[in-house]
Amino acid sequence: MLNQLEELASKAFDELGKVTNLEELEAWRIRYLGKKSDLIQTLRSLATLSLKERRVVGARANEVKKALETSLAEKKKGLEQGLALSLQRESLDVTLPGESVLLGHLHLTTQTLDEICSIFGGMGFQVVEGPEVEWEYYNFEALNMPADHPARDMFATLWMDSDTKTGDRPMLLRTHTSPVQIRVMEKSRPPIRVIAPGRVYRYEATDATHEWMFYQVEGLAVDKNITLADLKGTLFEFTRCLFGEERKVRFRCDYFPFVEPGVEVAIDCLACGGTGCRLCGNSGWIEILGAGMVHPEVLRRVDIDPEVYSGFAFGMGVERIPMLRYGIDDIRLFYGNDLRFLKQF
Amino acid sequence: MKVSLRWLSDYVDITVLPEKLAEKLTMAGVEVNEVQVIGENWKDIVVGKIVGVGAHPNADRLRLATVDLGKQEITVVCGAPNLVVGDKVAFAHVGAQLIDGHTGEVVRLKPVKIRGVVSEGMVCSEKELGISDRHEGIMVLPPEAPVGTPLSGYLGDAIFDLDVTPNRPDCLSVIGIAREAAALTGEKFNIPEVCYNEVENAIDFFASVEIVAPDLCPRYCASLLTGVKIASSPQWLQQRLLACGMRPINNIVDVTNYVMLEYGQPLHAFDYSGIRGKQIVVRRAEEGETITTLDGIERILDQDILVIADKERAIAVAGIMGGMDAEVTDNTTTVLIESANFNQAAIHRGSIALRLSSEASLRFEKGLSRDLPLVALKRATQLIGELAGGKVAKGVIDAYPGKWQREPILLSTAQVERLLGVEVGLSEIVKALELLGFSCEQTEASLEIRVNIPWWRTDISCSADLVEEVARIIGYDSIPTTMLSAPLPMHEPIPMLSLRQKLRNVLVGCGFQEVLTYSLTSLEMMSKLSPELRLIGPAPIRVAHPMSREQEYLRTSLRAGLLSVLARNERYQENSIRLFEIGKVFLPRKGELPLEREMLCAVLSGLQRGLFWRGKAEPVDFFVAKGVVETLLSQLELVASLELTKDETLCLGRSASIIVGNDRVGVIGELHPKVSEAFELSETAYLIEIDLDKLSSLIASTKEYQPISRYPSTSRDIALLVSEQITYQQIYAIIQDFPLVTQVTLFDLYVGEQVPAGKKSFAFKIVYQSPTHTLTDEEVDRVQQQILDKLSQEVGAALRA
Ligand SMILES: [Zn+2]
Repeated sequence: MLNQLEELASKAFDELGKVTNLEELEAWRIRYLGKKSDLIQTLRSLATLSLKERRVVGARANEVKKALETSLAEKKKGLEQGLALSLQRESLDVTLPGESVLLGHLHLTTQTLDEICSIFGGMGFQVVEGPEVEWEYYNFEALNMPADHPARDMFATLWMDSDTKTGDRPMLLRTHTSPVQIRVMEKSRPPIRVIAPGRVYRYEATDATHEWMFYQVEGLAVDKNITLADLKGTLFEFTRCLFGEERKVRFRCDYFPFVEPGVEVAIDCLACGGTGCRLCGNSGWIEILGAGMVHPEVLRRVDIDPEVYSGFAFGMGVERIPMLRYGIDDIRLFYGNDLRFLKQF
Repeated sequence: MKVSLRWLSDYVDITVLPEKLAEKLTMAGVEVNEVQVIGENWKDIVVGKIVGVGAHPNADRLRLATVDLGKQEITVVCGAPNLVVGDKVAFAHVGAQLIDGHTGEVVRLKPVKIRGVVSEGMVCSEKELGISDRHEGIMVLPPEAPVGTPLSGYLGDAIFDLDVTPNRPDCLSVIGIAREAAALTGEKFNIPEVCYNEVENAIDFFASVEIVAPDLCPRYCASLLTGVKIASSPQWLQQRLLACGMRPINNIVDVTNYVMLEYGQPLHAFDYSGIRGKQIVVRRAEEGETITTLDGIERILDQDILVIADKERAIAVAGIMGGMDAEVTDNTTTVLIESANFNQAAIHRGSIALRLSSEASLRFEKGLSRDLPLVALKRATQLIGELAGGKVAKGVIDAYPGKWQREPILLSTAQVERLLGVEVGLSEIVKALELLGFSCEQTEASLEIRVNIPWWRTDISCSADLVEEVARIIGYDSIPTTMLSAPLPMHEPIPMLSLRQKLRNVLVGCGFQEVLTYSLTSLEMMSKLSPELRLIGPAPIRVAHPMSREQEYLRTSLRAGLLSVLARNERYQENSIRLFEIGKVFLPRKGELPLEREMLCAVLSGLQRGLFWRGKAEPVDFFVAKGVVETLLSQLELVASLELTKDETLCLGRSASIIVGNDRVGVIGELHPKVSEAFELSETAYLIEIDLDKLSSLIASTKEYQPISRYPSTSRDIALLVSEQITYQQIYAIIQDFPLVTQVTLFDLYVGEQVPAGKKSFAFKIVYQSPTHTLTDEEVDRVQQQILDKLSQEVGAALRA
């Protein structure tokens, strides 16, 4: 018994000398000092021995256990110190650049559209869309602008090539998102609460403030008892959500053929705060939205009784909003698609 | 339009500051862009009277003017040719701020010595005062100008620059704005009585009017004066025209312009001697008929254009411009004044057809009141009589085939409240409308009125119009702000919206920058997509009158736009460019609006990742692009398979259809080198194109939870030797099809020395798992053997040693 014990001890010390890291040390500990190790088993089996043997073997076994434990502790300490040293030797230059993950950006217009849609979404407006190539009817007639209506001059139009002699109806690139109002009202009955974002087109020479293609968002709410006060409330909330609570909002009378009464919504100038500067053309105000109560003729045309229902509509240019916010001074940057511009947002 | 405050004051007392008035007008619908104050800087400038003109002792072209300033007389040197003793002038003392007549700069007047004569002050031209550009001579003030008073008190003014909306042609006039100003400030509106003596023979003796096209000319009025003397208009009239941006010509023409500015009614003066046969005929032009208009250009007319003719020929293009044949000249003695109403559409079309617009046509196009011609005609006749002398013929011609009957409109307090959302009392409504010139009567119903529309308002046709009138008088500010309170309408989600959003977000996460490119492009640009530079795909739809050749056709694909953006950005973006666009393409359909298809296009070139100090960055290749497609589709729970395809834009053998289920939803591939060259790309680019309409229809709307197996999985690696023609997909499909196989991953592909010629080696990791029990080694071995057997049979695969 004692021989076995001595053999075990010398083997254990021998192996401990070869241990080089903490994992090996742990394995060694389990092998020689773990619950199932021979040494511990030996100690447990002392009861089966005679009293004399028990005393001799027991004392020796305990000595060996203590010696192994002491060596283990020393070895562990030594290894830990060594590890700390080697970690120190291998410390990183943490200032080296990290590996960047390729990430793109959404276009500034998309970001703005998302923001507008989410504000109106919170007020119960659902996003709808309509075609960009439209019949003259939807772009003009249905919006209370028959042929030769003077207000048509406000919309320099890009007409599509079509053979009107063979009876083709005139087709155009929509000059505003308002035709979507008509398409929605033709298809659904009140209550209606929608917004329609999209591209619009104008026959226009481009410069820093004019672009022939741009985005608009149209809005429409039709129901019983919708009033100009509701229009004011809705657009007041919207403008302040978009531009901040400290903005002043102005509602003035304006004219659009498809609404009556008509409204223009402006905010106090972001640059000068209302005292007048170049950005606001010295007026102190910056026009944001055109709006109004849906014209009874427009409702009648889509077979909604204006004596029973009323509604409001509004429309706004999209690029103008980030232009004001970020001080972008040239609208042509939006669809020029220079990544040095787009990646800033 | 420009309106002078002084002129406005002829009809209404302006008791508020110009800025305040501007604000009121703006809020009520007539936007004031700018208020230009004249005379703001006229300190030290006074009205003077020339009491002596003498020669300069040392200069022939200069003279000495002695000016009486009331308390003193000052003699100054003056170079102007129009010094006349007795004339009233604007005199600037030393220290006054003026505009230099030559340089246009603001200067302060200093005492000077001109050719040996000291000059302390000067007599000013209009340009020096900042009134107009005229600098040929000094400005002569009206004789009644009070000597010694500050010029600003006598001539100071504020000029309003207004934006008049197209529904309010009545506001394209001083009287129209005065009416608005009166209503908005509560002041009284006055219009001076027009009266004059008619001493000449009856007008019928001189001329008759026949309207052949009453649909285009509802009313034609005319008056006539004999013995007029053509001269310059008086200073005050010239001044007012100039302030409104019109150039004075002679007293007759100036009066017609003056009354147009005053009332908004365009007028025309004919030299009576140019009217043949004593007859005015209002008719459509004959096809090919010609006329030389006042701008000296000969114009060819057609039947859509309305003309004013005499017995023989056209003498004016109605409502647009007069003709040379009956132009008022210095020799004119008898004038016929026209004041008519023309169909707005006819004038609009005529103006477009002739590419000619004028102050007159711009007003007629908006639709003027049929009651206006006679009022304006009488005013013009009176003024011409006063300013050009002459005798007025008795009576006027008034041909009025399109007599206007305007019905009153009923308005109730309920209607006002229903639209505005605020209760407005009946008396307040009546007060607001009456301020604007409407007259109101109580009807049998209580709280309802019958509203008569004033003759000058052409824009009022329904109760909503009246509600706006009430709103703008009580002020939009006094309407409360409320939130929509009704229950929300039912909403049907639009799948395309969420699809687009999902794709955008995944692509941005894959390093792609979103771009938005123009919908219009050129044939040339589109043909770059083919190596032969020919147009591929359906014929694009053309814009009728394109702004330029670059914006002539609607795009039929997003490819060209995206590739040009790629080329443009390659110049300053060295490592890696990834772009995408989601947008519409336009495909023609007979007799219908074009099909607007929603497409996704993405391009990538350069390195797989940004430059990094550890490891080498490889350039992107087909499989990087394919990985993007797989990532996109996996986000939509879809699996794509690729199949080699032919696409002109892409390299054959390196381009494939993207197939989901049985549908070809898009293509992917390496750009054809010729196409790359056409777009001037410097790096190999890969293109992905997906039809979102097709994709959207394939997305499963329902999703079901898959239970997670409670038993461990086992994985085995196998290396297979197959002939080179065998595709990955063939092997994958066989392995994947076996029961217990849950995952098959290719982790190595080898062709080269280690394998026999004509062969390649695939290494797969296969994961086995059962949903019902823990697999034993024997079970896995059995399945794996079956797999190897089948692979051997079907694709001749052998286990690689
Ligand atoms: Zn400002």
